Amino acid sequence: MRKLLLYIIIFTTGLVFLARLFYLQVINDSFAVRSQDNAIEVVYDYPQRGYISDRNGKLMVSNQPSYDVMAIPRNLKPFDTTEFCEILSIEPEELGRRLDKAKIYSPILPSVIIPQLTKAEYAYLQEKMRKYEGFYIQKRSLRDYQVDNSANVLGYIAQVNQKKVNEDPYYISGDLIGRSGVEKVYEELLRGEKGVKYIQKDRFNRDIGPYKEGIYDTLPTKGKDISITIDAQLQAYGEKLMKNKRGGIVAIEPGSGEILSLVTAPTYDPALLVGRKRSPNYTRLYYDSIAQPLYDRGLLAEYPPGSPFKALTGLIALQEGVVDINDTFSCNHGYTYGRGRRMGCHPHASPLDLVPGIANSCNSYFAQVYRKTIEKYPSPQEGMDTWNKHLKSFGLGQFMGNDLSTGRPGKIPDADYYNRIYNYPTYKWYASATLSNAIGQGEVLMTPIQLANMTAIIANRGWYYTPHILKKVDGEPIKEEKFTVKNETTIDREHFDPVVEGMHQVYKNGTARSLQIPGIEIAGKTGTAENFTKIDGKRTQLTDHSIFVAFAPVDNPKIAIAVFVENGYWGSRYAGKIASLMVEKYIKREITRTDLEKWILEHSLEEEYAKPISGEPFIINQ
Amino acid sequence: MAKSNTGFDWITILIYILLVGFGWVNIYSASLGTNNPVDFLNMDAPYGRQALFISLSILLIILLLSIEAKFYQRFSSVIYSISLLSLAGLFVFGSTIAGQTAWYKIGSISIQPAEFAKAATALAVAKYLSGIQTNIKDFKHQLKVFLIIALPMILVLLQPDAGSAMVYFSFAFALYREGLHFAYLLLGFFAATLFVATLAFGPLWVIGGILLIAVLVYLKNLKRKPNLIKYLFFAAVAVGFSLSVNYVFENIFKQHHRDRFNIVLGKEVDSRGIGYNTNQSEIAIGSGGLFGKGWTEGTQTKGHFVPEQHTDYIFSTVGEEWGFLGSTFILILFVLLMLRLLYLAERQRSTFTRVYGYGVIGIIFMHFLVNIGMVIGIFPTVGIPLPFLSYGGSGLWAFTILLFIFIKLDSERISF
Repeated sequence: MRKLLLYIIIFTTGLVFLARLFYLQVINDSFAVRSQDNAIEVVYDYPQRGYISDRNGKLMVSNQPSYDVMAIPRNLKPFDTTEFCEILSIEPEELGRRLDKAKIYSPILPSVIIPQLTKAEYAYLQEKMRKYEGFYIQKRSLRDYQVDNSANVLGYIAQVNQKKVNEDPYYISGDLIGRSGVEKVYEELLRGEKGVKYIQKDRFNRDIGPYKEGIYDTLPTKGKDISITIDAQLQAYGEKLMKNKRGGIVAIEPGSGEILSLVTAPTYDPALLVGRKRSPNYTRLYYDSIAQPLYDRGLLAEYPPGSPFKALTGLIALQEGVVDINDTFSCNHGYTYGRGRRMGCHPHASPLDLVPGIANSCNSYFAQVYRKTIEKYPSPQEGMDTWNKHLKSFGLGQFMGNDLSTGRPGKIPDADYYNRIYNYPTYKWYASATLSNAIGQGEVLMTPIQLANMTAIIANRGWYYTPHILKKVDGEPIKEEKFTVKNETTIDREHFDPVVEGMHQVYKNGTARSLQIPGIEIAGKTGTAENFTKIDGKRTQLTDHSIFVAFAPVDNPKIAIAVFVENGYWGSRYAGKIASLMVEKYIKREITRTDLEKWILEHSLEEEYAKPISGEPFIINQ
Repeated sequence: MAKSNTGFDWITILIYILLVGFGWVNIYSASLGTNNPVDFLNMDAPYGRQALFISLSILLIILLLSIEAKFYQRFSSVIYSISLLSLAGLFVFGSTIAGQTAWYKIGSISIQPAEFAKAATALAVAKYLSGIQTNIKDFKHQLKVFLIIALPMILVLLQPDAGSAMVYFSFAFALYREGLHFAYLLLGFFAATLFVATLAFGPLWVIGGILLIAVLVYLKNLKRKPNLIKYLFFAAVAVGFSLSVNYVFENIFKQHHRDRFNIVLGKEVDSRGIGYNTNQSEIAIGSGGLFGKGWTEGTQTKGHFVPEQHTDYIFSTVGEEWGFLGSTFILILFVLLMLRLLYLAERQRSTFTRVYGYGVIGIIFMHFLVNIGMVIGIFPTVGIPLPFLSYGGSGLWAFTILLFIFIKLDSERISF
């Protein structure tokens, strides 16, 4: 025993030490993190964000320098708070709160204390900066907008949120990131790569040279400049026309799928969301729950498309071979079906075949060809699914796979949908139950961009490129397969000609006679959609939405457009006029019909929008 | 003359070389200037000076091994006396650095006699215990040997250098090996346990615990008619000890002593103040991971975050730059060295050599235990160097002398 004691003690000590070392060095990895924190300082060098130009090379977004006051709480020394607060015009209590917050976030990582100083504030502060140990100034680049429009298209950049910081190691707190629009979708192109320097610190927090001779340091890479497909001039004009109205305009170049303009109304000046005023401005826009300026109606609003949808009803009927273009259907101020049910129609000549059917927007004609289409199949389910398959090939009822930061799929019902709502097979349903679909009401929902794309497909006679917003990156046209390979629809080319002719007739002697553009052959279709809201829990009908789709020139389409004006009453009243002016503006670059332009600019729908929130009884469709 | 030399124990010498060499490699890294050109002969840098100390150690070793083994036994009293005088002389001629009067300054060289006194004491203890009349079981002899140990210990404690003084407790191993009653060790162990428990949980809990245990043991032994007085006596002594520990801690200890204990006991976490050393040392070691960051690549070492890193905290450099593998390597070297010395000590026929060997092992073990325990954060901060690795001429030479006297003695074990 006397000989053994020391052996035992030495062994035990060795084992205890081994266990402790194993814990410190192998199991517990928090020490490794802390070592990086206090011995190595990481300094970032932010590159310029890429510029954004329109399709014609007009610069839309460039950069301006901005200066953030940053603090590393651990390094703070007592300082002259009064002077500091005076220079930066901030309340001492507010400064205290922000410093506390920074400390909670991390005592050793930098936090933004005062974001986005002006040049003047920065110049003055810079001289005094050495007095405020622990604070430093981080230069960043902020957006400088060269246009006062396209806010919804361009989107905005803002400080990255904590969730993103946790998910993506590229970002650190205080970084700026694209939050919507092009800025969000093409964030990785635009941002470039920030440079990084690792600096070895000693225990007095002094620099003692680069870490490992700088082998891990990188230089910043400038963001890529991009061109977008938007025509800034057309976009500005569209926003001007939509003043005092709510709705959206989407214009697409049919031959390329490029989005020429994407207007939502009401909108805002993109410059509002830059600089120190960003936060209050954003809050104001965000909480405007009535006009919803941050809601991109061109992409998000799902409306029943109304009459323009009749073109598709006709195309499907032709493709399915249930009608010939010369087949006529009678209309006696409507169409009676089932057990005394009736779909009304406005007065026009009767009977009609396809071309005048479209030109006159005859509900009865399309109700009957729709019914024939569905009833061609042994069961309404099969008929409905065939109909659905054709519409899907137009990109409807789905997110189109475009490069926009937001969107909605709309809705195209299928057999399952009706089986569900009619509780099939307990109860049966027939084509007549879904008849409203024929005229773009019923269960069909489309967004304005889907409506515009549908128009582009008709203009192309049967195919389309997926609509997109990116045109060039650093001057090179994009090559992405998604946007450069044609999508074919299930409708044969030959069936488009009568439909196009019908839409051409709409302008020549149909519902848009008054909207012809001198010198331009244009085709289009008016639409009117009933809509409802809830007032005090009661379903109340509001003035109809005004809808219009058009493309021009008829034989060599350059532009396909969809216009949607909420509560604009009938199709040609607001939407038709705006579509006509937009097409003229884009093709001719000037407006010849100044009286028409004047009418649109002077007419406001604010009164209409005030009705449902006035709390008083009101009359619609006046 | 019969050939008395059976050869030096090359295993021990090899471990010594590895430890000293690896020590220098780490001192180099820990004391590397930021941008200064590397100059191994730079006498302003610790690594340069340590290189000189190591070179001089070689001469010292040659000298130690050429002296006849009998010399150490014969002159041990003289060596011990000179050592005591050198310690006492400090209070007259010594210079004070950082509050400790522990150094003689001769020109640019500082010598720390406390380092050498350990070896001298080991010789003196060995000499006394190997005396023919000495019986360690005899109380009078016990007192005498305690006195031999206590004299240098008290002188060192007065410097004040509590860490070095503590090392003298390690002679308990040698005494126990030679027949000292186990109760002494047990008593020491209980005292230490009570001491730590009192500080960790407060005297009330400890007293409660003592009384509870006393009652339980008493009841368990009830059939054997235990002596109640005896139990009361032991309980009273334990309670008294606990209370006095509390008193000493609160009223006699200085604040920095209290802080050091509190940090290890986890009662205070103040990583910016007194806990800084331990915290930084743990960060450095922990950040080394399994394989370490590589020689001279330790970010903590480069930033000099760990104070005294080339001296007492040299093991943190090992941990950071060589990782778990490197630190384990050092642990194994130390354990191997101590086990080898134990083996050597046990094969001696001479009591003198065996006792001296046990002294050497005890001293090395105590340094190993306290130093590494401190660096990895399971012992209070006590400033004693890691043998053979830490920077410092006095330390290196003192351990070289300590070890190589034993190697010399072992090599001539036949003639004893």
